[in-house]
Amino acid sequence: MSTNNVMENVKLTAKDFATNQDVRWCPGCGDYSILAQVQRVSPDLGIPKEKFVWVSGIGCSSRFPYYMNTYGFHSIHGRAPAIATGVKLANPDLSVWVAAGDGDLLSIGGNHFIHACRRNIDMKVILFNNRIYGLTKGQYSPTSEKGKKTKSSPFGSIDFPFLPVNMAVASGATFVARSMDRDPKHLQAMMLRAAAHHGLAFIEVYQNCNIFNDGAYEPLTDKETKADNVVVLEHGKPLIFGKNNDKGIRMDGMNPILVDLSSGEYSVNDLWVHDEFDENPGRSFVLAHFSDLKNFPTPVGVFRQIQKSTYDGDLFAQLDEVTKLKGKGDLAKLFRQGNTWEVA
Amino acid sequence: MAKDFEVQVLEDVTIRFAGDSGDGMQLTGSQFSNTTALFGNDLSTLPDYPAEIRAPAGTLYGVSGFQLHFSSLNIQTPGDSPDVLVAMNPAALKVNLKDLKPGATIIVNENAFDQKNLKLAHYESNPLEDESLDGFNVIMVPLSKQTAAALEGLQLSVKDIERTKNFFALGLMYWFFDRPLEPTLAWIEQKFKKKPIYLEANQKALTAGYYYGENTEIFTTRYHVKPAKLVKGSYRSISGNEAVALGFVSASVKAGIPLFLGSYPITPASEILHELSNFKNFGVKTFQAEDEIAGIASAIGASFAGNLAVTTTSGPGLALKSEAIGLAVMTELPLVIVDVQRGGPSTGLPTKTEQSDLLQAMYGRNGESPVPIVAASTPSDCFDMAFEACRIAVKYMTPVFLLSEGYLANGSEPWKIPDVDALPDIPVHYWKDKETYQIYARDENLSRPWAIPGTPELEHRIGGLEKAHIYGTVSYVPENHELMVRMRDAKVKKIQDEIPDLEVTGDEDADLLVAAWGGTFGSVSEAVGNLRKKGLKIAQVHFKYLNPFPKNSKAVLSKYKQILVPERNLGQLSKMIKSEFLLDVIEFNKIQGSPFKSSEIETKIISLLGGENVN
Repeated sequence: MSTNNVMENVKLTAKDFATNQDVRWCPGCGDYSILAQVQRVSPDLGIPKEKFVWVSGIGCSSRFPYYMNTYGFHSIHGRAPAIATGVKLANPDLSVWVAAGDGDLLSIGGNHFIHACRRNIDMKVILFNNRIYGLTKGQYSPTSEKGKKTKSSPFGSIDFPFLPVNMAVASGATFVARSMDRDPKHLQAMMLRAAAHHGLAFIEVYQNCNIFNDGAYEPLTDKETKADNVVVLEHGKPLIFGKNNDKGIRMDGMNPILVDLSSGEYSVNDLWVHDEFDENPGRSFVLAHFSDLKNFPTPVGVFRQIQKSTYDGDLFAQLDEVTKLKGKGDLAKLFRQGNTWEVA
Repeated sequence: MAKDFEVQVLEDVTIRFAGDSGDGMQLTGSQFSNTTALFGNDLSTLPDYPAEIRAPAGTLYGVSGFQLHFSSLNIQTPGDSPDVLVAMNPAALKVNLKDLKPGATIIVNENAFDQKNLKLAHYESNPLEDESLDGFNVIMVPLSKQTAAALEGLQLSVKDIERTKNFFALGLMYWFFDRPLEPTLAWIEQKFKKKPIYLEANQKALTAGYYYGENTEIFTTRYHVKPAKLVKGSYRSISGNEAVALGFVSASVKAGIPLFLGSYPITPASEILHELSNFKNFGVKTFQAEDEIAGIASAIGASFAGNLAVTTTSGPGLALKSEAIGLAVMTELPLVIVDVQRGGPSTGLPTKTEQSDLLQAMYGRNGESPVPIVAASTPSDCFDMAFEACRIAVKYMTPVFLLSEGYLANGSEPWKIPDVDALPDIPVHYWKDKETYQIYARDENLSRPWAIPGTPELEHRIGGLEKAHIYGTVSYVPENHELMVRMRDAKVKKIQDEIPDLEVTGDEDADLLVAAWGGTFGSVSEAVGNLRKKGLKIAQVHFKYLNPFPKNSKAVLSKYKQILVPERNLGQLSKMIKSEFLLDVIEFNKIQGSPFKSSEIETKIISLLGGENVN
């Protein structure tokens, strides 16, 4: 294909994916890092620039498409997955990406998100999770922790939060990962993995809102505390974490148990070995629930990757199949389907 | 042995089949319609069914009806009052009796008139035995028993036998109106290919019903309605929803781009989704979305990516789509939104017809958000207007409303099959040229270029934020906003330059003009026609384009002393005419979930013209 030749001849750079628009996020916003990592990995995906489509809804992060020099659609609140679905079904040759905040994707657009996952549309959904409503200036979001004091919850929020990873897994997403704005290398690696996945790829990115929810993820990103609070998931590797790599997780049935490797009671061989490709979603749920458990680390990395047929693939296969069966559509014949009669 | 009977030739007949919603009345009615269409009559149908899928048997609210008007002349409506009622049970009789013509023929299933059913229908005494049906020609048929007798020996449950009685009734009506059995026999053959026992049972019941008419003494007369003299050509029977689907496929073929339907099931629009989902060999993509909003949102995405995008719904669904329609207005993407109107507000009357979403289509969005509106006037006109809506959408890069309604959607009539080659092409130009490309540069129609993802070097961003004139970057500049608001408005108004003028039928020099829109066309035309035959001078116009109005609208409307606007709402077109043209109109409103009877309009016209004695 000619487009491939172009790719061989001209190597694009991150700059080629930047627009001439001034980026209007607040200085210090985590969105800058996500934008930078996306622009950095985009040239490496082997996809011609004109085949990228970034779709967003409403929210701070939904400004994202304006800053990507690709095709882009800044739509209405919550509807990005549905619009992106239409784009992909119109032209499956496109590489379709959704940028969405936690309010956009999980609250007003929650229905579209779970159904996009369920159908396994071949698109990438990046959740910018800052656990707050930023653009409306600081109300609690569906991922805010219970008890959070915000402008709309002065006495503390009484809402339980969603675990986005669990929503994605439960809804049938075939690639589910988590990363953080302050870990550029890891974020890039997750982006590359998501891009390479055929099917719906979901990445939850912990993103700091330094205006309305500053420090929400500090224990996970601060150099001093990070190692004790984060466990990096890697396929085939045991769940080890801690400053001195001295803590681990083992499984007792479906119950995760925190163990101390320095005591001599347990060794690395006793630990839970992560399997990204486990068809059974059970362990992904257990992993995601670590955040509800005292002293447990927060997992980042690929929770799950499985292979399933995509909706777009099946749609076009069905079009071909029926066309083969019935022959290419003929309007004159279609008009005369069923009983007709002649008036002389 | 055939007995002697009289054959009476009639010009037209209105028949209504009525029974429990589980009695198969819609099927019976549509089979009778198809056979009648094949026979060559002009016809118009009015299915009328409850919102409950299977309401409790025997109850008044569970009654389902199917009315059919067929004629040897051209007809416009499904008929005001039935000449014949087929009532499968007491409830069906009770619900429909008030609608019948004086002296109408009533064919009842006498076996269903037992104590239980009489009680369910709130009958104090059996109407077949008291005087309540005096003045009608009542024919009592032991439908259930006869059906059972006909199916004796077949391994069928009592329930299954009972279920076949509609075919017995249908066969009897075929005899009564001198129609052939073959089309329905063939249909049964096809439908029950895989269930030979039902195939045999239904065919037997149908045939038995026919010969019951032929051989019993109950019937002394049968009726013959000669084929109508329709315009020369090939015909088929078509419902409004089928016609919309065919209109869309045709537009896709003539535009040379794939059709994408994003839709969520809703009564009475779902059949468009069903129909289009069959047309995969035309490259038609149907996406049954998770909700109404995703239906339209996916269509907008598909439009952005270059498909001919449509979404279908009914009133409540349209309300949910409002915000997204605004997005399509802002991003200036082609999109057709079909609203098959039903009784509202809220859930309203899901299965009943109404034309009360005109103002919702016109104004139901935030901001200044103009959208062209076209409305179909008959079931077959749904084809033309669906095609036209696509043409306007693509040419002007805009969402377009197609207003239909339950009555047109489910009703059917003969459709003169168009010549495919005679359908106009819909030119589509995806922008390719980098040098001349600007996202919101406008052509002579004020429409912006359609540059689709995948086109090298035309990468751009669109969205719901206001965009700079020509360049399409986000702009909050006050003057730019006003310019863009006016530009979008001017673009929609510009469509006026090419849509057909309002056409006056009837007496140009009349004192009274009847102005209507949408599905009232049939009743108004019939009423005006009837009264003109009687010597009254009346003119008629019908609005198929409601935004913008045809260019000559004001000139035409201003010519008449009185303008009567019959509408099945509280005066929505009236409001638009008054505000747009500063003309007074006489409103005539009916909001009962059913079409106007032409007699209702006739009475109104007569009262306006001084109540003269009309003969």
